[in-house]
Amino acid sequence: METIETITSIKPLLAVLASLLLVPILLSSKGPNIRESWTFVAAGAKFLIVLSMLPAVLEGAEIVFTIAEVVPGVAIKLKVDAFGMLFALVSSSLWIVTSAYSIGYMRGLQEHSQTRYFCFFALALSATVGVAFSANLLTLYLFYEMLSFATYPLVTHHQDREARSSGRKYLLYIVGTSIGLVLPAMLISYNLAGTLDFSHQGFLAGTGSKTLIGLLCFMFIFGFAKAGIMPFHSWLPAAMVAPTPVSALLHAVAVVKVGVFSVVRVLTGVFGTDLLLSFDLWMPVIYIASFTILVGSFIALSQDNLKRLLAFSTIAQLSYIVLGVGLLSPKGLTGGIVHIAMHAFGKITLFFCAGAIFVATGKKNISEMVGIGRRMPVTLAAFFVASLSIIGMPPCGGFLSKWYLALGSLEAHQMPILLVLLTSSLLNAAYFMPFVYKAFFCVPKDAMFENTVREAPAFCLVPLVTTALISVILFFYPQPFLRLASIMVQRITGG
Amino acid sequence: MSQQYPALLVIVPLLSALAVAVAGWVNRKWCFPLAAAALAVAAWSSVGLLFRVLHEGVVIYQLGGWPPPVGIAYYVDHLNGLVLPLVSIVALLNIMASKKSVEQEFPDKICAFYTLYLLMVTGLLGIVVTGDAFNLYVLLEIAALTGYGLLAIGEKRSQLATLHYLYMGTIGACFYLLGVGYLYIVTGSLNMVDIAEILPDLYHSKAVIASFIICMVGVWLKMAFFPLHAWLPNAYTYAPSASSSLIAPLVTKVMVYVMIRLILTVFTPKFAFAAIVLSDAVVWLAVIAVVMGAILALAERDLKKMSAYIIVTEVGYMVGGAWLGNRIGMTGAILHIVNDALMTLCIFLVVGNIVYKVKGYAFDDLPGLFRKMPFTMGAFVIGAMSIIGVPPTCGFFSKWYLIAGAISAGRYDFMAALLFSSLISVVLFFRVFEISYYEPFGDSHGHDDRSGGIDEAPVTMVVPLLMVAAILILLGLYTDYIVNHIVQFAIPEALV
Repeated sequence: METIETITSIKPLLAVLASLLLVPILLSSKGPNIRESWTFVAAGAKFLIVLSMLPAVLEGAEIVFTIAEVVPGVAIKLKVDAFGMLFALVSSSLWIVTSAYSIGYMRGLQEHSQTRYFCFFALALSATVGVAFSANLLTLYLFYEMLSFATYPLVTHHQDREARSSGRKYLLYIVGTSIGLVLPAMLISYNLAGTLDFSHQGFLAGTGSKTLIGLLCFMFIFGFAKAGIMPFHSWLPAAMVAPTPVSALLHAVAVVKVGVFSVVRVLTGVFGTDLLLSFDLWMPVIYIASFTILVGSFIALSQDNLKRLLAFSTIAQLSYIVLGVGLLSPKGLTGGIVHIAMHAFGKITLFFCAGAIFVATGKKNISEMVGIGRRMPVTLAAFFVASLSIIGMPPCGGFLSKWYLALGSLEAHQMPILLVLLTSSLLNAAYFMPFVYKAFFCVPKDAMFENTVREAPAFCLVPLVTTALISVILFFYPQPFLRLASIMVQRITGG
Repeated sequence: MSQQYPALLVIVPLLSALAVAVAGWVNRKWCFPLAAAALAVAAWSSVGLLFRVLHEGVVIYQLGGWPPPVGIAYYVDHLNGLVLPLVSIVALLNIMASKKSVEQEFPDKICAFYTLYLLMVTGLLGIVVTGDAFNLYVLLEIAALTGYGLLAIGEKRSQLATLHYLYMGTIGACFYLLGVGYLYIVTGSLNMVDIAEILPDLYHSKAVIASFIICMVGVWLKMAFFPLHAWLPNAYTYAPSASSSLIAPLVTKVMVYVMIRLILTVFTPKFAFAAIVLSDAVVWLAVIAVVMGAILALAERDLKKMSAYIIVTEVGYMVGGAWLGNRIGMTGAILHIVNDALMTLCIFLVVGNIVYKVKGYAFDDLPGLFRKMPFTMGAFVIGAMSIIGVPPTCGFFSKWYLIAGAISAGRYDFMAALLFSSLISVVLFFRVFEISYYEPFGDSHGHDDRSGGIDEAPVTMVVPLLMVAAILILLGLYTDYIVNHIVQFAIPEALV
């Protein structure tokens, strides 16, 4: 087994803190333009710090930093490995884009309490990068909870009755499961193994009986409700009451990706592929994931509200990642991990488009958007490209991850899973393509908009075009994500 | 001077109480500075004493130079070395934060208040520092009687509520006295260490077993362990803010200290967990206490009473943790004494700030508070996170040890109760957050006229509160240090 070079550096901590330190600056800023500029500075700084650690990680090193030992054998500790780097790159780069989009959206609608919004956004990003760089389960739990509470004011931004009930649902599902399932599972694991540090082969091997380990596995999978695994998925459509940039970054990229990242991290770093194989735990994982994929896609078909449709689409797409891990084969794992990146860029474009449509026309439902392509051609073109990525068609990045997943299911001799993948791609096409078609090509009398082009503000358009372009670029050049995923998979499978 | 720390921290507040009473006749304005100075000296001595214990080990101070068992000896080891600074610092922070509140609520009784305050702190510090079982009773009564006085100064209902507390508290103290009496009859000594040396031969004596149980019941009554808690909610709710933010964080925690002292030092774990078989039943009672405290808190529609029931839950944590019978659980209980005192102080100071500005503490008084009092509510959020048990606040780490102890002892019911109360705490606190964040409801989409700016409590009330909130996080990060350097040594090696 190769020895992994470990570098100790304060950079991971700086990456986490970059946005935390933004908060007092924002609170004392005089004027919205100064405030927004500082947000960009912090977002840029965060991205650059993360980027600066990339070369070392690509060479196979891991960067660690211990903050404080708090319980015997467990410290609050940060570790940057390939998997964490992939996730941190995705979320920090998309924060820059989303901040730009937020400006257009929030100012376009003249939203209230914008300072509070940007502050909690910054906190949420700190927590996200913290999860990405967690070296052990306790640190991951810490940042996971921090994220739950930091996103609550964002989800409930509008402060009306609908926001209040959605906020309750959000808390019920997310905090209820993390305190009720993850916390005891974490403590039982600590009791069994004496440590909580993630290791490439997992640390629970040989510590407990099949029933106990199986129980722990279920507790973790369902405990990380942010991953949207059914039946703990209902918070996600409910959270769509939030302003669209919140929905975009948090629910398409950060919050849900944190959930699914945590599930993958725990399955590979706490249990390990060998343990999952020997106790046959990969089977329930695959079944649960497949169920969510199929049912999520079906429900999406019936949705009229665009954001809700996208929410259910996300729920289904997230389980691809869990499915990839469940396959336990190198290609499957790679496909699952790289899907984190591919789906992020695609989905965020879709949400940006939904928000742009709302800002420009005030429409939320698909049935009211017939012929909108004539009025907002750029937005709908980006939507089309992004939906190709989600469906998994070339020349978009989503095709790559689906390809790997398909190869992975063949490698693992799981033909039914191949069927699941194909079916869900068809379902994705079924709920995206009609909308796009009707937006561009429709009988003139059905068109609900005049023929003149009146797009969303520039601050909204540029981000969504950027992410759509990136989705395409990732098909031709999927680095560094594919390389990072390969390094990680190599470590996990002990290659 | 450092040799005299044990005596100073009791004598200085005691004599200052007298000084404050006299000075108050001359000029009311001298009361507060005198009281604050006395508490500062007590805090300094207690911290100095803790450092002495860390360097030298157990510190024994014989009052008047008379040796036990005739004389009274103060016995300071790691356990009370940890609790003493806690009591004095909480008292000091509270007196600073409550100054304006006292002037607003009962301006004519200021010097009586500070006199009673100092006497109360004397009592509490004395309970913690003493090594003599009867001396403990004396100081227990001092603390209790002054406590009744402090609590009864409030609104109309406070007097009746305090009367109930007086009845039950006196019964509790009498039970403790009875238990000590039995011990005296059987061992001939009142010094705790002395008793501990004589007792092992007498473990099967009915008098000793009876003494233990009676002492326990008395202490449980005074710490409001369910179902002996009925006096607490009303007494703490109707009291003036300044009194409740002193008494709520400290009195029940000091009683938990007394219970742990009896278990670990006087009777030793060998007796409490091996010679008699009570621990299973007590942990069961603790489970019920935790669950009932949470459920009763849910039923309340005002902030203060809700917080009072949360205290009942927290006491359940500590009793259950101590009685699990293993080292981890006991560590959790001792750690929780410190953490819970500070969390409760945070919450009650918040309530004090709210009462100062809004003149009420019911849920109906809370709308719009996040906007009007952001610092107070910010500290409230941190206190709430600590009670819920969210890292990195200290509340998470004591819960960690308690749950780990429960798993280690196989008491999954206690673990389930702890998780259940965490979840209920989320509901309790988010109910409050919701009201102060969402209401008053404006038009849809929240674009109503958000009139009114920040209307915070005065600086002297906000700064100590923010300090306490910061301490909650710092203590969390330093948990390992505290456990490895202090709590480890507070628990005898016999307990595994």
